[in-house]
Amino acid sequence: MSDSMSLPRVRVATTSLAGCFGCHMSFLDMDERLLELAKVVEFDRSPLTDIKHCGPCDIGLIEGGVCNAENVHVLREFRRNCKTLVAVGACAINGGLPAQRNHLDLGDCLQQVYVKRDGIEEGGVPDDPELPLLLDRVHPIHEVVRVDYFIPGCPPSGDAIWKFLTDLIGGRTPRLPHPLLRFD
Amino acid sequence: MQDAERIAAQAVERHRREPSQLLQILVETQDGIGYLPAAALTRIADLLELPRARVEGVAGFYSFLYTEPVGRYRILFSDNIIDRMLGTRGLMESLCRRLEVSPGQVSPGGEVSVDVTSCTGMGDQGPAVLVNGLAVTRLDEARVERIASLVRAGTPLAEWPAEYFRVDDNIRRRGSLLGDDFVPGAALQAAMVRGRTGWLEEVRLSGLRGRGGAGFTTAVKWMACRDAPGADKVVVCNADEGEPGTFKDRVLLASQAERVFEGMTLAAWATGARQGLLYLRGEYRYLLKHLRAVLALRRAAGLLGPRILGEAGFDFDIDIHLGAGAYVCGEETALLESLEGKRGTPRIRPPFPVTHGYLGRPTVVNNVETLAKTTLIALQGGAAFAATGTPQSTGTKLLSISGDCAYPGVYEYPFGVTIAHVLEDCGAHDPQVVQVGGASGVTIAGHEFHRRIAFEDVPTAGAFMVFDGRRDPFEMARNFVHFFAHESCGFCTPCRVGTALLKGYMDKLASGKGAKMDLADIEWLDRLLKNASHCGLGSSAPNPVIDTLIKFRPAYERRLVSLDFKPAFDLDAALETARRMTGRDDPGAHLDWREEV
Repeated sequence: MSDSMSLPRVRVATTSLAGCFGCHMSFLDMDERLLELAKVVEFDRSPLTDIKHCGPCDIGLIEGGVCNAENVHVLREFRRNCKTLVAVGACAINGGLPAQRNHLDLGDCLQQVYVKRDGIEEGGVPDDPELPLLLDRVHPIHEVVRVDYFIPGCPPSGDAIWKFLTDLIGGRTPRLPHPLLRFD
Repeated sequence: MQDAERIAAQAVERHRREPSQLLQILVETQDGIGYLPAAALTRIADLLELPRARVEGVAGFYSFLYTEPVGRYRILFSDNIIDRMLGTRGLMESLCRRLEVSPGQVSPGGEVSVDVTSCTGMGDQGPAVLVNGLAVTRLDEARVERIASLVRAGTPLAEWPAEYFRVDDNIRRRGSLLGDDFVPGAALQAAMVRGRTGWLEEVRLSGLRGRGGAGFTTAVKWMACRDAPGADKVVVCNADEGEPGTFKDRVLLASQAERVFEGMTLAAWATGARQGLLYLRGEYRYLLKHLRAVLALRRAAGLLGPRILGEAGFDFDIDIHLGAGAYVCGEETALLESLEGKRGTPRIRPPFPVTHGYLGRPTVVNNVETLAKTTLIALQGGAAFAATGTPQSTGTKLLSISGDCAYPGVYEYPFGVTIAHVLEDCGAHDPQVVQVGGASGVTIAGHEFHRRIAFEDVPTAGAFMVFDGRRDPFEMARNFVHFFAHESCGFCTPCRVGTALLKGYMDKLASGKGAKMDLADIEWLDRLLKNASHCGLGSSAPNPVIDTLIKFRPAYERRLVSLDFKPAFDLDAALETARRMTGRDDPGAHLDWREEV
């Protein structure tokens, strides 16, 4: 039995809030290193496992900003359960593309999309309680909960995510060297 | 608009189409038009053969230059913490109510605009406002009522009661500088008898250090400038006294202008400079006429101009440049940029101004008080000057004392005086906090009142703000943080973004939404500002926060809610628009703060 097998495996949860899943795709870009990672990591709630709710975890990776009430609930669930919470990518860190609506009035936005838009016959803002309500502005996740680390990039490269996670799991303060530290 | 272009063209011609005069040209153009319309900027750029963006960049940099129309009466309340303690906020609300205008807005007819500005240097006789650039002091409800009616009646400023514009010197304690009768020319004569080298040797013996805050040895600066290659040396007097709570240079310029100009001339004698520039902060514009009159007197007396006091080869004259509301221009390299008609962005040093200063020429930049002090050295000799003060801080220091004390004003003490001694003299009855050195200075708590004013212990450019038991040290720090966020020149990211973030955190705490996490973030930001900023503005911006967090931590902690983290905004309120648009009010349409983690 190798050393890594004798250690308890690190439990990781991931989710995408107001994001495009691009950061998750980038996560998969770790390619064959995923197998390496799988030796030391087990996944909790994540699009990879389809587990619906998060249990106690070591690391939570959050893609995307906070645009609606459901995002708030999910983010709070992650914060409650994860020892270390990481903002992954431009949207989680700054609001990113979804935050482009922040300079518009939400009421005007909803009117434009659901009521006034050309081709809409019987317009109306959807009001089904199943649907989460939109916040008036899109927020980066650190404005809603405490966040421990940030991996910038749109998306961060698979190499950057790999470097960050191996640092974190290895007990080193995560440090992205210059070529990996980018904001685009 | 043709009028605007004509006024702009006249200003350009008055300054002989000299691009380095751009700031002065903009100030004068605005004087003629009321603001700086786009057409005027274009005309100025064409005539000076400068890129349009360069002209607009300068116009956009200075607080007192306006590229949009402002009121015919432009009323700016000094927003330093001391003015606030004297009740500015209430007076401003009252004035706005009487004039039916909101702060920061121009009244519909364009008559008046009311807003706030950084400390105007009237802490000893506030609350103070600037009306069209001129200082009005000792505001109270009665004065506000009268001002409102003068504005409504459209009375020209020249017909307002002169009493409103009275600025007192409030000199409370005189030492060797303020206590001495000065005969113009006497110091110059004494220095000229010693010869240029002999004079500089006296300055060296005096141990004089700069009074603007940094405390650099004056003789070393003068020698470096004298020895720098280039025959066209310059002496600059830094009268951009923008540090909140400081007003001693205002008093020197008002009552000791002869000494200040003579000090500049003494610097010219030591360095061989032929040109002198005094950079006067825009807030002290009311002093301009007086200063120009003193310059004219000195020219008539042969103390300025060619062959000073008959000495062949000793030619020196002084021009006054007017600032336009930018604290950062008090930093010497930003001041040089501003003198050259540019945005006040600090330069990278080295090279230092003594070798590459104004227009790349060797330049001495000294504070008003430093220059005034050199006249004492000329008259008494360097050794006599060094006999007062402490070993590393010779001579006396002017303090601008304001806040919770019976006798605010200017006090002159030998260096080494204890803070407790000063507090007793100024009639501070229940002092809890003293902010020495202005917003960028040191916060002194009660257990430190034995400390001494000197470069060895508590250095200061002169501000001494007293706070008694009624005051909240957190609010003091927050006021200063707002000041720095406003005054950041925007050139480097750590300062531009860091001061804005720090302001956000302080406001979050003030609104009762702070958590322990925020204190950790504030401390991280403090370090970032201190270590990564381009100039002293950014690196000293966190000082009041660093000091108060150490010395008055409960003032922060009592604002925290006992949570790990608290958002700065109300999440449930953020759903309100969507609730209204969907007509929903079910449990899923709300976010409960009790579920915050």
